[in-house]
Amino acid sequence: MTAIYKRELSSYFNSMIGYIFIAALVFFTGIYFMAYNIFSGYPHFSISLISLMNILMFTIPILTMKSMADERRGKTDQLLLTAPVSLTGVVVGKYLAMVTVLAVPVVLAAFCPLIIAANGQAYLLSDYASLFAFFLMGCVFIAIGMFISSLTESQIIAAVGTFAVLLILFLWEDLMSFLPDALSNVLSVFAFRTVFYNFADYSVFDLGGLVLYLSMAFLFLFLTVQTLQKRRWN
Amino acid sequence: MIEVRDLVKRYGAHLAVDHLSFSVPDGQIFGFLGPNGAGKSTTMNIMTGYLGATEGEVLVDGHSITDEPELVKRSVGYLPELPPLYMDMTCEEYLLFAAGLKKVSRKDRNSQVDRVMEMTGTMTVRGRLIRNLSKGYRQRVGLAQALLGFPKVLILDEPTVGLDPKQILEIRTLIRSLSKNHTILLSSHILSEVQEVCDHLLIIHHGRKVACGAPDELERELADEPTLELTLRGTDSQARAMLAGVPSVAALSPLPTREENAVSYRLEQATGADIREDLFHACAQAGLPILALRRDALTLEDIFLRLTSDDPGQQPGVSRTPDTSAAAPTQEGEQAQ
Repeated sequence: MTAIYKRELSSYFNSMIGYIFIAALVFFTGIYFMAYNIFSGYPHFSISLISLMNILMFTIPILTMKSMADERRGKTDQLLLTAPVSLTGVVVGKYLAMVTVLAVPVVLAAFCPLIIAANGQAYLLSDYASLFAFFLMGCVFIAIGMFISSLTESQIIAAVGTFAVLLILFLWEDLMSFLPDALSNVLSVFAFRTVFYNFADYSVFDLGGLVLYLSMAFLFLFLTVQTLQKRRWN
Repeated sequence: MIEVRDLVKRYGAHLAVDHLSFSVPDGQIFGFLGPNGAGKSTTMNIMTGYLGATEGEVLVDGHSITDEPELVKRSVGYLPELPPLYMDMTCEEYLLFAAGLKKVSRKDRNSQVDRVMEMTGTMTVRGRLIRNLSKGYRQRVGLAQALLGFPKVLILDEPTVGLDPKQILEIRTLIRSLSKNHTILLSSHILSEVQEVCDHLLIIHHGRKVACGAPDELERELADEPTLELTLRGTDSQARAMLAGVPSVAALSPLPTREENAVSYRLEQATGADIREDLFHACAQAGLPILALRRDALTLEDIFLRLTSDDPGQQPGVSRTPDTSAAAPTQEGEQAQ
């Protein structure tokens, strides 16, 4: 697992993808931070994170698209699956590598609340809680992206598919309003946007929401392992 | 010791591997021969745990690949048909990664990577990106990867594909030297290659075993009575009159010849007879000089072509070997009991 983790991580920085992903997120963090917090003087950094969520939805598919699809196309999965490593090890190694790449812009964004604090009143606790929720939300997106990448050999399909799914999940609550109450009450638990808004907009530490995030990430990792497993037996 | 028992792989309605059974004793070089699409790669993929079998099992030293995958995979090195290389890594980085993947201990990694690079002749390209390597070098890096950890069993799917003749010789020598400490299973659709290095051959066709044995054993077992090619100076009628007088000539058919004033025939002899001396004397008596006389035994190449041809007229060759498809229902019957 460590070998896979290290290889994946270095492959993100051997190609442009890792740099582009980090650069895009850092760039937009800077823009929103400058616009909302510095020029408008709004003391909550979490308001920038709400806008940054859209950028995350665009950039995560780029990060995850090649994770599984490329292995299959280049037949390198034959090396991984015939090595004495469990499938779970392969999937988790790759997942953690992508989570590490995501951690870079998140850590950089962690300086923003400090800049606010240096210039006046800041709400560090709620800002860092929001950043943590933002990071976990990114981890859920990555798990979804990796799962979709494991379904196809084409990186393009993986990227577009991931974006479509993330968009549907983003609009989940609005879509739920079209459904009968009984159904929407059950399905609306998947509204991950609400969880993040609780953190970022209302400064509520939504523990149940974090559990939702973790279980969603776990679910999609599990599904990825199952997809790989199933392909062997077809 | 590798044992493959009653292996079946079905892709929908297509039967890729059809009740295949064989075993490879330790220290043997086992050749896996068949035309394209015969099921060689599928079988190898199942043996290495990349694919699951629909039925049947693969045992390496008594351990099943499905039940104890990590244990078995540790003792198997695999070079797939297309070497599984990461194009964005250098040769050395890649091999270090593969060594980590195969759980080679940290302190041995560098020395082992150096050793396999030396063995496969990839030392000179160690710092180059795999993307920029030629097909021959990629194949060698793939082979180096399979050797890492020095597993007991090496499974090589067409190891010499894409290499130039000199490299093929080198790799063959390497494979032979490896057989001292490893059990090797290699596949090919080129007969001369397996004939050259293998102790034992398995010929498969449409996923079914059609012949199995040592190369010369197969040759002996499957070859028909040798035929003779005879070229004489003289006319057709003279020759036919002379040949009619030779006992044990079972049949003759004329062959085209380029020599002037000469005729050429293919002679089939009665079982067990060697008529070459009789022919010599008969020709001498009739005053017809022999220009050429050639004994034409069926080579392994012919056997291979015959066994793997789809022409029904050629099928008798197949029925002479143990028929696995006929055996399969009885085996299933036994299991049912």
